[in-house]
Amino acid sequence: MTTTAAPAVGSALPRVDGLDKVTGRARYAFEHTPRDALYAAPVQATIARGEVDRVDATEALRRPGVVAVVWHANAPRLAPADDAELAVLQSPRVAYRGQYVAVVLAETPHEAREAARLLHVEYTAEPHDVELRADHPKMYRPAQVNAGYATDEEHGDPDAALAAAPVVVDATYTTPAEHNNPMEPHATVAEWHSGGLVLHDSTQGASALRRTLAALFGMPPEQVRVIARHVGGGFGSKGRAHPHVVLAALAAKQVGRPVKLAVTRQQMFAVTGYRTPTVQRVRLGAEPDGRLAAIVHEAFEQSSTIAEFAEQTTVPTRMMYAAPHRRTCHRLVRLDVPTPSWMRAPGETPGMFALESAMDELAAACGVDPVELRVRNEPATDPATGLPFSSRNLVACLREGARRFGWAGRDPRPGVRREGRLLVGTGVAASTYPAYRAPSAASVTAGPDGDFVVRIAATDIGTGARTALTQIAADALGTAPGRVRLEIGDSDLPRATVAGGSMGTASWGTAVVRACHALVAELDRHAGRVPAGGLTAEADTGEEIRGQEKLARHAFGAQFAEVAVDADTGETRVRRLLGVFAAGRIINPVTARSQFLGGMTMGLSMALLEESVMDREFGDYLNHDLAQYHLAAHADVPDVQACWVAEDDPHLNPMGSKGIGEIGIVGTAAAIANAVHHATGVRVRDLPIRLERLLEHLP
Amino acid sequence: MNTTEDDPAAGAVTADLRLRVNDRSRPVCVDTRETLLDTLRERLDLTGAKKGCDHGQCGACTVLLDGRRVKSCLVLTVTADDREITTVEGLARDGGLHPLQEAFVANDALQCGYCTPGQLCSALGMLAEAAQGWPSAVTPTDAGDGEVRLDEAEIRERMSGNLCRCGAYRGMVEAIGEVAR
Amino acid sequence: MRPFTYVRPGDAAEAVAAAAAPDAAYLGGGTNLVDLMRLGVATPGTLVDVTRVAGDEIEELPGGEVRVGAAVRNADLAGHPLIRRRYPMLAQAVVAGASGQIRNMATVAGNLLQRTRCPYFQDVTKPCNKRNPGSGCPARDGEHRDLAVLGHSAACVATHPSDMAVAMAALGAVVHVAGADGPRALPLPGLHRLPGDHPERDTLLRPGDLITAVDLPVLPMAARSRYRKVRDRASFAFAVVSVAAALEVDHGSGGPVVRDCRLALGGVAHTPWRAEAAETALRGGPATEEAFARAAGAELAAARPLPGNAFKVPLARNLIVRTLAGLVEGSS
Ligand SMILES: Cc1cc2nc3c(=O)[nH]c(=O)nc-3n(C[C@H](O)[C@H](O)[C@H](O)COP(=O)(O)OP(=O)(O)OC[C@H]3O[C@@H](n4cnc5c(N)ncnc54)[C@H](O)[C@@H]3O)c2cc1C
Ligand code: SF4
Ligand code: FES
Ligand code: FES
Repeated sequence: MTTTAAPAVGSALPRVDGLDKVTGRARYAFEHTPRDALYAAPVQATIARGEVDRVDATEALRRPGVVAVVWHANAPRLAPADDAELAVLQSPRVAYRGQYVAVVLAETPHEAREAARLLHVEYTAEPHDVELRADHPKMYRPAQVNAGYATDEEHGDPDAALAAAPVVVDATYTTPAEHNNPMEPHATVAEWHSGGLVLHDSTQGASALRRTLAALFGMPPEQVRVIARHVGGGFGSKGRAHPHVVLAALAAKQVGRPVKLAVTRQQMFAVTGYRTPTVQRVRLGAEPDGRLAAIVHEAFEQSSTIAEFAEQTTVPTRMMYAAPHRRTCHRLVRLDVPTPSWMRAPGETPGMFALESAMDELAAACGVDPVELRVRNEPATDPATGLPFSSRNLVACLREGARRFGWAGRDPRPGVRREGRLLVGTGVAASTYPAYRAPSAASVTAGPDGDFVVRIAATDIGTGARTALTQIAADALGTAPGRVRLEIGDSDLPRATVAGGSMGTASWGTAVVRACHALVAELDRHAGRVPAGGLTAEADTGEEIRGQEKLARHAFGAQFAEVAVDADTGETRVRRLLGVFAAGRIINPVTARSQFLGGMTMGLSMALLEESVMDREFGDYLNHDLAQYHLAAHADVPDVQACWVAEDDPHLNPMGSKGIGEIGIVGTAAAIANAVHHATGVRVRDLPIRLERLLEHLP
Repeated sequence: MNTTEDDPAAGAVTADLRLRVNDRSRPVCVDTRETLLDTLRERLDLTGAKKGCDHGQCGACTVLLDGRRVKSCLVLTVTADDREITTVEGLARDGGLHPLQEAFVANDALQCGYCTPGQLCSALGMLAEAAQGWPSAVTPTDAGDGEVRLDEAEIRERMSGNLCRCGAYRGMVEAIGEVAR
Repeated sequence: MRPFTYVRPGDAAEAVAAAAAPDAAYLGGGTNLVDLMRLGVATPGTLVDVTRVAGDEIEELPGGEVRVGAAVRNADLAGHPLIRRRYPMLAQAVVAGASGQIRNMATVAGNLLQRTRCPYFQDVTKPCNKRNPGSGCPARDGEHRDLAVLGHSAACVATHPSDMAVAMAALGAVVHVAGADGPRALPLPGLHRLPGDHPERDTLLRPGDLITAVDLPVLPMAARSRYRKVRDRASFAFAVVSVAAALEVDHGSGGPVVRDCRLALGGVAHTPWRAEAAETALRGGPATEEAFARAAGAELAAARPLPGNAFKVPLARNLIVRTLAGLVEGSS
C-alpha cells in the first residue's frame, strides 16, 4: 500500500474519544449495572493495629434491602496472594486503620451504607506506630527498590570527596504523604458467570488485573475478563489491584449476584495507595565554579507492615549529573500505616524535589546561575551505568526555556523584588524520566470496506492513548486515521502492559506497528485484496524488547516558575510556569501538551497544597477528603505553558517516542520552591510550601 | 409532596415524584435519603453527572436546577420534584453539540473526561451568572451591576468549584473564554 | 444515612410546628446538613424543608435597614445591588466562600448555622466533645492547625467556618427567629456562643427556632468596607484567617484619624469574632499602621494559640493592619 497523505503521527488529531466525553456517553466502571446487581458498602477498621474479634451483623441485617454481610469468618477463601494487601477478609488481623474488615450488600446504595454504619465490629487493639522518622530504630535496607533498582549504589569515595570539597551543601528535605486522588474514585462491578468472572473496573491495566484476580480465585486467566473502556484518571493508583477489587469479586461470589462497589473518596485515603512521605538528606560537594565532585543522596521512607513498597527516590540522582563520587541509598521502615504505592513518577517526583532544590542551594553558594550550574555538570555518558544516552537534551531544554521565559539578566539576589505587598521571584529545575518499554501484543484486522480495527488491551486513562495509537496505526497501515478504529480496555483483547511508567504508548505503539506491518505484508500477499471475512495479523513484542540494545534511555526537561508571595500573609501563588521537554518524537502535539500541562499542574499542587496528614493518635490520614486535602483548583493554575525541543532518537521504538505522562510533574515543585527562595530569601525544604513556613521569616 | 413511611422503626421512607430532566418528565419512587446524583445515575441511567466525592467538594456532579448550577450530590431528590433539571446529556440540542462542548473538544479541555460533564454544566451556569452581572472574588468591588467581563482570572475563579486532577485547566479556560466572547 | 421523613411546610408557622417532631431539623440548601448526614454526624428523623417558607427576598425597611430573608441563597445575597453598594464586605465575604454551585444552593440561615470543619468532628469513628459530649477533644493534642486561637476552652478548640457570618458580625446584623414561643431577635455576633463546657451547642438558638430573616443595620461607613480572606488554595477553600473591616477616617491637618470602625475576624474562634478591643483602641486614634498594629495587639493579647496554630496570631495581626491600611488609602 502506498499513500501520499501527510503522516498522522505528529499531527494534531483531536482526541478521538472527546465527543463521547463531552456528551456524557463515555461510561466508566461504576456506570455498568448488571441486572439484579447489589450495592456493596465496605466497612473499614477503626483501629490501626490488632484483631477483629467479632462482627455483630444482627442490626445491619435487619435493615430492609440488606442481603448479606461478609467478613473474615464467613468469606470465601482465596489462594495465597503475592501481595498481602489482596488477602482480603482472609484473617482477623488489622494492619492499618481503614483496612477493609467487612462488606455489606444491599439492594440500594443508601441501604448498604446505612447498614455498614450500623455494623458492630469488636476489636482487640494493639499499640501502633505510624510516625516516619529518619532515625527510626526499625529502619532497614530493603533488598531492592521499586522498578527493580538497586537499593544502594556507590561510586568512588564520596565521603572523602565531600570532606575535600571547597563548597558543600548539606540539607535535609521532606515531602509529605500524597494521595493520587484521580477524579474517578476506584470502582468495581463484579459478576460471576458459569464461565468465570467479569469485572468492570477502573484500572490502568486490564491484562495485569486479570492475572492477579485469576490467581487469587484459582482460575485460569481466560476465565477472568476485565473491562475498562474509560478510566477517570489513575496516576499510578489504578496500576495494580487494590483490596476493593478483590472485595467486590469475593462478595459477588458469596451472594451469587453481581455486585457494584465504589470506593468512597474518604476510603481512598486508606486502601488505594499513596506516595510515601520521605525524609531526604542531600550533600553536594563542588568546586567554586559549581562543578560537582560528590553527591550523596539518602532517602528514608515508609511502608506498611504487610507489604513492602520502597519508592526509588534517589535513583534519578544516579544519572542526572556528572560527579566522580556518588552515593545514593534508600532506607525503609514498616509502620502501622496503609500501604504506599505508585503515584505519578514514583522516585523522580520526591527525589528530584530534593536534588533540584539542593542544586539551587549550590548555585547560590557558588554564585553561579542555576541554569549554567546544570549545564556545567552535564555528563557525557550515563553516570549510573556508563552506557551512552540514546539521546539527552537537558541542555537544549534549559537553554530554550531560559530564552522563552526571559531568564537572561536575572538578578540572583533573593528577596529584593517587590510589587506592592508582593515579593516576586523566579526559579528553575530540571526534569527527567526513564523511557521504558514492556512487551505487549496487538492484532489488526482489515475489513473489506478498507477500514481497520486495531485490538490491544491497552487503557486510556486520559493520556490520549486511544488517539495516539490511532495515529500510529494509520501511519503503519498507510491509511488515514479516520479509517482506523481502536478496541482497547478489555482483557479479552491481545495482552498489553499497564498504562504506567510512562511506557504505555511506547509499548503498545510498538506492538501496533508490528501488527500493522505484518498485516501490510499479508495484504501484499493477497495483492491488496481483502477477503470477505477480513484479514488479521498479530504481533507480540516480547522478543524485540528483550533483545533491544543496551542504552540509557531517558526523557529530560526544564521547568521555570515565577511566584508571588504575599509579604503580609505568606500566601504563595504561582504566576507563570513553563516546561520545556525533550521526549523524542511527539505523536500528537495536542494531547501531549495536555499531558505535560497536567503533570506540571500536579507538580504545582504538590509544591503548594498537597499533604496527607497522619493522625498520630488514631493512625489514619486525617484529612481524607477533597475539602481538606487540597488539589490545585482552576484559580491556582495561571499561565502554564509546555513545549518541547525537536529530538530525533532512533534507538527508542518504531515511533521514536519517549513517555510523556510523568515527566511533567518531575522538578515542578523544586522550580517553585526555588522561585519562592528567590522571591523571599526563605528556603522551604519541607513540602508543601504553606504560609506558616514563610510568614515569620519574610523580609 | 408527601412521603410514605414503610416501616418507621427500621424502614426506608419513600416518595413518588415526577422529575423533569432534560425536558422529559420522569416518574420515580425515591427513598428520601437519595440524592439527585444517585437518582440520575442509578435509577434513570443518566450517568453523565459523575460522582467524585459525594460531599460537594469536587464539582463532578454539577447539574443545572432551574438553570442554576448546583452540586447534585448534596441535593436530596425529594426537594427537586418541581424543578427543571439539566444534565450533560441535555446540553446538545437539535442534533448539534452545545458550543461549550465543541470548544472543549477543540481546545482539548479534557483528558480522562471524568470531571468534564460537571465542568460543562458548571461553565454553562457560570456564563449565565456572569451575564447577570453577579460578582466573584476577583470582580473589582467598584464594578457596576452590569455584565462581567470574563477574562481568564474571572473564569478561573468562577470555575474553581470544579476540580480536575488531570490538570486540563488551561484548555478549559481557553474553551470557556472562546464561548464567552 | 438514617431514614427520615421529609416535610415541606406551607408557611413558617407550619414549619415551626413540624419541627416539634423528635429529631427534626430544618433543611436549607442542604450543603452542610446533607454532608453531615452522609457522614453520620447528623441523624435527623424528620427534615423540614424551609427553603420555600423562610423568606427569599431582600428589601429595604422604612428605617433604611436591609432585611434579608433567611432562605435567600448566598449567590443572590452577594449579587444584590443593595448589598454590593452598601455592604461591600458582605458581598465580598460571600463570594470568597465555597464555590459558585454551593453559593447557589446555600441559604443565609444555613450559612450562619453551618458547623465546624474540625476533622475530628466530621469523623464519627473518633471522639469529639462537640459531636459526642464528654468523649474528649483529640484536636488539642492532635491536628489543630486550622482551629481556634481565641476564646476556646479545654473542651473544644473548633472554629466557625463561615465567611458570610464574619462580615455580618462586623456589621452587627440582627437575626430574627420564629420559635415555639413567638419571635425573637438576636444581634450578631451574639447568635453564636463560645464553647465553654458545652461545645455541642454552637448558638443560643433553642430547639425548633426557625431563622426567618437577618437585618443589616444602617451603617454608612460600611459602604467602604472590605473582606480579606487568607487561604491555602487560591479559591474554594475555607479561611485560614479572615478579616472584615469598615473604617471611617477624618482627614484632618494632623493626619488621618479614625472616627469609627468595625472589625471582625474569621478562622480564629468558635464564633465569628468581633474585634471589640481593637475597635475601641482604634476609635479617635490616628489612622496609621503603627496604631493599627497596636489595636491588633490589643485584640490578640487574649490569644492562646496551640503549638500548631501559633502562626495565626501574627497572621491575624498583619491582616488587620494591611486591611485597615488599604481602607485608609481608599478613603483619601
Ligand atoms: C466543599 C464546601 C466548601 C465550602 N466552603 C466554604 C467557605 O469557604 N466559606 C464558607 O463560609 N462556607 C463554605 N462552605 C459551607 C457553606 O457555606 C454552608 O454549607 C452553607 O452556607 C450552609 O447553608 P445551607 O442552606 O446549605 O444549610 P443547610 O445545610 O441546609 O443547613 C445548615 C444548618 O442550618 C440549619 N438551618 C437551615 N435553615 C435554617 C433556618 N431557616 N432556621 C434555622 N435553622 C436552619 C439546618 O438545620 C442545619 O443545621 C462550604 C461547603 C462545602 C460543602
Ligand atoms: S475541637 Fe471541638 S470539634 Fe474538634 S475534636 Fe475538639 S471538641 Fe470536637
Ligand atoms: S460528587 Fe458532588 S461535588 Fe463531588
Ligand atoms: S479530565 Fe480528568 S479530572 Fe478533569
